[in-house]
Amino acid sequence: MTSVAPLEAPAVRALDAAPRRRPRNWLVRLAPMAPAIVLLLVFFAGPMLWSVYTAFTNLALTGSSTVDFIGIDNFTRMARDPSFLHSLELTLIFVVGSAVIGQNTLGLLIALLLRGRSKVARAAVTGVVIAAWAVPETVAGFCWYAFLYRTGTLNALLGHFGIAQNWLYTTPMLAVIIANVWRGTAFSMLVYSAALSEVPPDLTEAAAVDGASGWQRLRHITLPLIRRAIVSNLMLITLQTLATFGLIYVMTGGGPGTASQTTPLYMYQQSFKFYQLGYGTAMALVLLVVGALFSVIYLRLIRLED
Amino acid sequence: MTDLTVARRGTTRTVTFVVLAIIAVAFLLPFAWLVIASVQPGAALSAHLDWTFSTANFRAVLNPDTMYRPILNSVIISGGTALLTVFVAVLAAYPLSRYQSRFGRSFLYIILFSTGLPITAVMVPVYAMYSRINLVDSIPATIAFMSAASLPFAAWMMKNFMDGVPISLEEAAWTDGAGWFQSLHRIVLPLMVPGLTVVFIFTFVLQWGNFFVPFILLLSPEKQPASVTIYTFFSQYGQVAYGELAAFSILYTLPVVVFYSALSRVLGGAFSLTGAVKG
Repeated sequence: MTSVAPLEAPAVRALDAAPRRRPRNWLVRLAPMAPAIVLLLVFFAGPMLWSVYTAFTNLALTGSSTVDFIGIDNFTRMARDPSFLHSLELTLIFVVGSAVIGQNTLGLLIALLLRGRSKVARAAVTGVVIAAWAVPETVAGFCWYAFLYRTGTLNALLGHFGIAQNWLYTTPMLAVIIANVWRGTAFSMLVYSAALSEVPPDLTEAAAVDGASGWQRLRHITLPLIRRAIVSNLMLITLQTLATFGLIYVMTGGGPGTASQTTPLYMYQQSFKFYQLGYGTAMALVLLVVGALFSVIYLRLIRLED
Repeated sequence: MTDLTVARRGTTRTVTFVVLAIIAVAFLLPFAWLVIASVQPGAALSAHLDWTFSTANFRAVLNPDTMYRPILNSVIISGGTALLTVFVAVLAAYPLSRYQSRFGRSFLYIILFSTGLPITAVMVPVYAMYSRINLVDSIPATIAFMSAASLPFAAWMMKNFMDGVPISLEEAAWTDGAGWFQSLHRIVLPLMVPGLTVVFIFTFVLQWGNFFVPFILLLSPEKQPASVTIYTFFSQYGQVAYGELAAFSILYTLPVVVFYSALSRVLGGAFSLTGAVKG
């Protein structure tokens, strides 16, 4: 933040004209923020606080009209609910597999490979990768559904190896993970391209003259220089991936059985199919805590490096 | 430079090129079915080309119930959300960019934190609240929530764009007694039209593809946007009409493609989302 407070402007101080116009107190200064604050309070903070309360009740959409305070019953129920624990495990696999490992590494790799390439090559590769990111979630889900289907494109290509199968049925988690890597890599690629463009080339060139290999230059010079970008990228894509619903819902619907039912899908089922809003909200809270935990871990990592 | 390093450099270039080509093809492959199935009358789930092309699938979906109404709903919902978001974000960005106050900085941290909050997790409590006060199945209420959800990132981007407008330009106006609104309206906004465009298009495109929020908050089919009806279409008729599904998908994706290419042309190739993310 390098903005200068307007009161310090010498011209204003010298003339000291029209003092009532100058925003002296913070209330006047922050007045333009009012609509944003109202919007965030009503539609974000409000529901959040409400959810903290609801998580301790047996609120349901149908049946009894009375809502009882049931303490931590929702949370003890969660701890004993094998379906929930299974969904949480799948969510962690999904986040680590598709975001932390998949999107992050592939995005960095593409950004590194694109350095110094011709304009045409850059435009072609980034264009295709961004296209996968830009298509609406549902369309992406259909594309992958058709791609992995028994008679789909992948099996047509693999046909000669005799391993054709409905990949959505045999390896549902791997299928949704790869689809999410495909969909989300563009974001990491853009973040890393921007970060890499600010790494001074003479640093790596000097190391190359000293005989450092490509891998050593990457490990000891480039990566430490872009570590802030790495942490903020990891944080954003982790939280995004944690909440993924549409892609999995369209591709597998959580199935077969519950083989790809991550927590958002289980939460949806409990809240909107079985009308257990209190239980669903408690799960939402757990999801938020998991997101916060990931963020804390990443922030710790950045502090260790400093 | 010795011959050896030149040769090695040549090999590296070739390897890089091959790897990049493989990545590009791998990213294109899942689209194959979409394109092929949309122009073949009896399309199935395979990207099998039988060299019979027709526009039958496109003609079949181009009717008010299947195509026009959902698209119109999408335009209203995404457009309304983008407009409201840009308006509120500009106002919120002004103090964040112009005044250095402790309050403003903590607001900035709140913004950054809520940028990342998983919307899916907020949806259940929002639905519970909306059903209490009868706001479920209302398009304006859906727009309000979507704006609140896209506001943090929009305000963050907007602040970064506004930081690019030199504050010295405003000082003259302040001495002449202009208030913050006049200064913002007359001086800052005209200079950040590209930034406003980016935030508008970014919000619009994001909400155009948003499936979960309207899926939960809008119940009547005649109010649902294309992102939701495309799914109902798929689960109802999709099993027999893959060609139509593909055609629908392409028509529904088209505005996004147009917007993105317009954006990259306006900004000279460098899509400045990354500049906004770095903070």
